[in-house]
Amino acid sequence: MMDEFSNELRESTMTTEAPSQVPSNTTPQEPKTVDLDHVPNKLDQEDVCLEVKDFNLFYGAKQALFNVNMKIPKKRVTAFIGPSGCGKSTLLRSMNRMNDLVDVCRTEGEILFDGGNIFDRRVDVTDLRRRVGMVFQKPNPFPKTIYENVAYGLRIQGINKKRVLDERVEWSLKGAALWDEVKDRLHENALGMSGGQQQRLVIARTIAVEPEVVLLDEPCSALDPISTLKVEELINELKERYTIVIVTHNMQQAARVSDYTAFMYLGDLVEYKDTDTLFTNPEQKKTEDYITGRYG
Amino acid sequence: MDKEDYTQHISKQFNHNLEEVRSHILTMGGMVERQVVDAVQSLVEGDSGLAGEVISNEKQVNGMERRIDEECTRIIALRQPAASDLRLLVAATKANTDLERIGDEANKIAKMAIRLSEEGAVPRGYVEIRHIGNHVASMLRQSLDAFARFDVDLAIEVVREDKEVDVEYESAMRLLVTFMMEDPRFIRRVLNVLWSLRALERIGDHARNISEQVIYLVKGKDVRHMPLHEALGEDQSSGNKS
Repeated sequence: MMDEFSNELRESTMTTEAPSQVPSNTTPQEPKTVDLDHVPNKLDQEDVCLEVKDFNLFYGAKQALFNVNMKIPKKRVTAFIGPSGCGKSTLLRSMNRMNDLVDVCRTEGEILFDGGNIFDRRVDVTDLRRRVGMVFQKPNPFPKTIYENVAYGLRIQGINKKRVLDERVEWSLKGAALWDEVKDRLHENALGMSGGQQQRLVIARTIAVEPEVVLLDEPCSALDPISTLKVEELINELKERYTIVIVTHNMQQAARVSDYTAFMYLGDLVEYKDTDTLFTNPEQKKTEDYITGRYG
Repeated sequence: MDKEDYTQHISKQFNHNLEEVRSHILTMGGMVERQVVDAVQSLVEGDSGLAGEVISNEKQVNGMERRIDEECTRIIALRQPAASDLRLLVAATKANTDLERIGDEANKIAKMAIRLSEEGAVPRGYVEIRHIGNHVASMLRQSLDAFARFDVDLAIEVVREDKEVDVEYESAMRLLVTFMMEDPRFIRRVLNVLWSLRALERIGDHARNISEQVIYLVKGKDVRHMPLHEALGEDQSSGNKS
């Protein structure tokens, strides 16, 4: 009976939704019919920043990612969730080829960024990592001053003019919501800051080189709740300018900060859709079990 | 998704909390259903004692409403439920409100019953009261069954039936209006019957709301204020069948 009902509705949707008949100046009307089983995917309407295509990844003989296909939307926050060992960090690290550093790691398939495959031999990995920046679980500032930490990437790029550096350091620290807290002690050692401040400093260091994508690998797992909220607030501001991809164990955090959420399980991308739908009405039973804390 | 899913959380305490909300909704549903049946009976039979019982039981229903809401709020604050768990709690709080309103309507009918027994009976309208009363009581029972069994088909059935109750209500109204025009001496008393009919019609609406929450709970789709009942309407579906 249910199916008969949905079919009936689907048919009537088709007939009523002819776009040419809808005058453009009318206010949006309430949907005429209900299809109980169909969920539209908002993802299809977004600009694509990174596209993962038929991606497999092996650590030696062990396969860690199985045929992953996904599109990361531009200037949105995309979160990866899933139990430990499901491959979410591996997938994140693949996006700026951090896995190249692992000897036994081998990949198949493509990740397209700006039209080209990032695994192409001609790609300059240093340049890729400048454009796709990364922040790790534990804050890892250099044992230098706050100022030098942020200026580091710029100096490597050959920017040494004090005026330019000053400007960019201030801009980055403001961008990372840290400026007001550190503007009077820019030349003190960064290791003297609190964990939450260090993590925001690392984010400032990442955005100083103006990347297009910022990858965050559990950026809040070593922080207290208040620092966590500050970083989350920052993520929300950063998405105006950058594409953000975040891996998190904290599901509420994924629900709060992200626009899209991907649930991964044992190397498979199980479900990937807008966060609201994923957390209120997931399609897959595995997703449902994980986010509601049931036995898998 | 089915009801067994609520026993599979890693946290046993969470299982228990959700199960409690579910069973309390059903308990309250049972109480409210009794209230409706008793109120209708007290009116039709002019039993002011029974009507008095309905009025005094109203307090228990109200207490139940507060208790369920409190439980839901606590679970949301402590557990941050997601997906079907969240939908269960949202549906439960809304069904809770509807059940309490049904209790209010039963209360109104009981008051009319007392008034009618004091002022004297009316020659018309009892058949309609009994008929519509039975109909909405069965809708309420079905909507609670649908809630207990996560039965979407049954919930859709209730939504469909609400349409029938509306039609029955309209025709009963016409009948009583005609009667009042014929014999204005009874207007005052017939009005009591009319208001009771109106209360029964509202109970049907609330039963429909509960069913809509069941659809939300199981399917995750909000079907309120949608012409679901039109899509399911008699003429359309019979047209398709033929």
